[in-house]
Amino acid sequence: MRAAICGLLVLASAAAAAGQTRYRSPDDLALSPDGKRLFVVCSGSDEVLVVDTAARSVAGRVAVGKVPRGIALSPDGKRFFVTNSWSDTVSEVDAASLQVLRTLPSGFEPTGVAMDAARNVLYVANRLSDDISIVDLEGGADVQRLVAGRGASYVTASPDGARIYVSHIYPQIDKFRAPPRSEITTVDSQRQVVADRLALNNAAGVFHIALSRDGRLGIAAELRPKNLVPLAHVEHGWVFGDSLAVFGEDIGAIGGGGGVVQMPLDEIENYPSLPFGVAISPDKTRAYVSASGSNEVVIVDLAKLVAAARSPEAARLANDLSASARYVVAHVAVGRNPRSIGISPDGKALYVANRLDDTISIVDTARAAVAATISLGGPADLTPERRGERLFYSSMYSFGHQFGCANCHLDSTFDGLSWDLEPDGFGIDIVDNRALEEIGDTAPYKWNGSNPDLQTECGPRTERFFFRSQGFRGDDLEDLVKYIKSIPLRPNRYRLPDGELTSAQLRGQGFFTRTAKKDGTPIPDALQCFVCHSGPYYTNKRTADVGTGKLTDRSPLVDTPQLTNVVYSAPYLHDGSARTLEEIWTVFNPKDKHGVTNDMTKDELNDLIEFLKTL
Amino acid sequence: MKTSREPLVLWGRLVTCGRVALGLDREEAGYRSGVQGSNAGTMCFRRRRRLTGREAECHSAAGYQPAPHKSAIRCALLAFLALSAAAAELPRFRWQNFTVENGLPDNRVYCVAVDGDRVWAGTDNGLAVYENGKWKSFTVADGLAHRAVLSLAIDKHSHDLWIGTMGGLNRYSAGRFDSFTQLTSGLPNDVVYGVSVQGDFVWVATAAGGARLNTRSKQWSFYNERNTPMYEIWTYSVTAAEDKVYYAVWGGGVLEFDVQTERWKDYNDPDGETEIVLFKDQGLIHEITTSVSYVNHILWVATYFGASRYDGRNWRNFMDKDSGLPSNFLNQVKTVDGTRTWFSTDKGLAYFDGERWATYRPALDTHTPEMLVRDEHGAVTHVPAGSAPAHHYTFAVDFQKDDIWVATAKGISHGIRISPGDSDR
Repeated sequence: MRAAICGLLVLASAAAAAGQTRYRSPDDLALSPDGKRLFVVCSGSDEVLVVDTAARSVAGRVAVGKVPRGIALSPDGKRFFVTNSWSDTVSEVDAASLQVLRTLPSGFEPTGVAMDAARNVLYVANRLSDDISIVDLEGGADVQRLVAGRGASYVTASPDGARIYVSHIYPQIDKFRAPPRSEITTVDSQRQVVADRLALNNAAGVFHIALSRDGRLGIAAELRPKNLVPLAHVEHGWVFGDSLAVFGEDIGAIGGGGGVVQMPLDEIENYPSLPFGVAISPDKTRAYVSASGSNEVVIVDLAKLVAAARSPEAARLANDLSASARYVVAHVAVGRNPRSIGISPDGKALYVANRLDDTISIVDTARAAVAATISLGGPADLTPERRGERLFYSSMYSFGHQFGCANCHLDSTFDGLSWDLEPDGFGIDIVDNRALEEIGDTAPYKWNGSNPDLQTECGPRTERFFFRSQGFRGDDLEDLVKYIKSIPLRPNRYRLPDGELTSAQLRGQGFFTRTAKKDGTPIPDALQCFVCHSGPYYTNKRTADVGTGKLTDRSPLVDTPQLTNVVYSAPYLHDGSARTLEEIWTVFNPKDKHGVTNDMTKDELNDLIEFLKTL
Repeated sequence: MKTSREPLVLWGRLVTCGRVALGLDREEAGYRSGVQGSNAGTMCFRRRRRLTGREAECHSAAGYQPAPHKSAIRCALLAFLALSAAAAELPRFRWQNFTVENGLPDNRVYCVAVDGDRVWAGTDNGLAVYENGKWKSFTVADGLAHRAVLSLAIDKHSHDLWIGTMGGLNRYSAGRFDSFTQLTSGLPNDVVYGVSVQGDFVWVATAAGGARLNTRSKQWSFYNERNTPMYEIWTYSVTAAEDKVYYAVWGGGVLEFDVQTERWKDYNDPDGETEIVLFKDQGLIHEITTSVSYVNHILWVATYFGASRYDGRNWRNFMDKDSGLPSNFLNQVKTVDGTRTWFSTDKGLAYFDGERWATYRPALDTHTPEMLVRDEHGAVTHVPAGSAPAHHYTFAVDFQKDDIWVATAKGISHGIRISPGDSDR
């Protein structure tokens, strides 16, 4: 009896400890103007840590909003601003006292932020609003939105403040199977308008941008997914390209890229996977790029990079795996999932946020080697979920460590693309890449429901048909599955603050739950929305033929997808052929097989969609 | 002291001078020829009895005889002054016309929108922008939803351009076209006749009702016969201000949306759907409305049967028979300040300053440039003009400081404002 009680107490305490396990997960960082303090945004623990760079230790902390992602310092270093991506706010913090001064509004899922001190405004990239908030710091209001691209995420100001650059994590929604495209949105800060959109063709997943100190050169880290060709093999960069988008006066319009040239980082057997953070040395001789999938920092000779970007053959270098030999000079191994990087004012030290190690690597730029590693604290023990998250973000399992789960499931979400996976034949069974939020209880998996569990989905199948090298097995596979099951649902922004529905959403709910057409004709069970899309995740976990099968599909039966946060995960249908929710019914439901909708008027369909957005 | 009669007096002199110059009144005026023709050196000035009540005066060459060339100059000057007085304070323009030969994608221009130094034109075959002295065109290949562009609206903050076409709605922002159609979005219908920007909202008038897009939340709100007083859903124009939004409903009058209360109200022709005006100034002049314009709490409505003005309490209607409107067939009305107002008609471009009217057009018969002025008493003056808009069939206007741009059936016209005394050629 006593032993049983002790056992229960141990279990209870373990459960409590697990509930309190909050890894720091440093995501972004910024150096104070004098380089003495490093401000580290910890998305896992909802705080900002202040690191004393001389002592190389944590010297302070301040709690901010939920899942903070980005940080910007005022030029004088007296304040900093932190985007709270799940609170849809920006925290304004006094850098000396570490007191939160204000909580400012923003759009949906604010991620990147930059300050325009001259006009006393912030520019905030809102990932799920696809726009940029201009937050007036005097009044504290989100005074204007500028149209960005899909998944606006990272913001950088030019050194003179005249331009604000915004990159995007998702590609623009386009026609089915069109080549992916993205852009760098350029804002004229004086006029506060979008001045230009630098087109990034064949790019999807663009991350941090850095500008040289003279403002003449800009570099963005990006992915070039090869989703239009069958995923038949991995070698020779056949799945993902890791590149730098290079632009600015130093590049001009040379290369026919409209002012942007895409330069590969990849080598034929070595891929700096998922390039994320970028920094340019103050003397403009070097660029540093964190490869968050292959756990390294790539060092680039800038003069040679620019020369290559200005060469006559620049336009066709994007997929040339020999090109990087001209300008990549070193690779420095750092911690796991290195994300944001920042360079000291004297250029001697590079700080790297290793998100899944809860550490900061300090790279000695002269020696191109890690000089020290700063621990940010956090739990010493690794939970299965944390181990699984490391596996998820690692590219080390694929051939040439070219890609990992996180390449397609960016930040554990999706990539907005459709893919042609090889096992079913070339051009057969095109699949949409779906979100992973709260899928733990929605088995079976795969677009046609043929995988009974995540172990099947992510195990040997991944090894054989994706990575073409080794895969996840045994404990690793179990940890990975645990992590995937732990991915939480992001806040839904479409309900009223009190959780109630608007009148349009209520009308839409009526259509979602109706059992008869408008003329009274009963709707068969199989065609009632809420029958297939039932339960807490709005899926009955069965397959059905809803008339959306294509000639290239081996079977018209599709696994009923869950609808939670469906508003965020365009495109739709099993193959991504519906660009918007509307198209599911306006284009792809001519025979009322995917629910009965053809008796509805356009405004009634609009109401239904307004309701779906709240799920 | 200047009186309202002075222009008439001067006009009388002008007529006399003209008749003398043409040799029509030589005997009457006791003309003693010295120089022939319109350059007659000796001239007699004859005042019209009915104007002044005074005996005609004839300044003979002996008693009052300026030097020949000075007389001609004086006559011409007086003529000019008379005409100028008639057109005094009415805007005058030197017209510069653009067609496909200048780079427009089509001569049929349905709409125009000015954004600082840029002028956007929506045509039957694409969108065009005039900047730095050149036209650049955009087509479906560039991302335009449809080649026929029916309406344009500028977001004054972001300078994004909203484009209503026959095949959907576009937003053009810094070189990128984004499309919204009835299949891909909450747009009610692809035929977008009107579009207007109100802060974070974009209002559209379509062939199947109105809608409002919240550009922050991306939510569409529909407005049709189910949730407004409209009984006809063919909305033709929309204008949105901070306090009110108005729809011109083709065949359904005018709809008003109160932004604060979010309530709708309709205004209809008290005469019903007849072309007879039984109750003048007691309501909207006709149900077939084509355009609305709301500034300074004054609403103007264009119809195919005249124009209406509403100040929130009183209606005032205008038809061609009792105003300076050259036609009752109005494509657009656009008010500057609630009083000064422009009308795009099928018989020319008209302007009303609250009392007087001006019409600018190529003459309907001769196609020569003309400017007609109608005063508050109804007297019509034909003011010589050196240039005119490209065509009498006008669709829309927009303003560029003191200048005006006019969309016509045969190109787009830039009316460059001139001062009295400047040449309009």
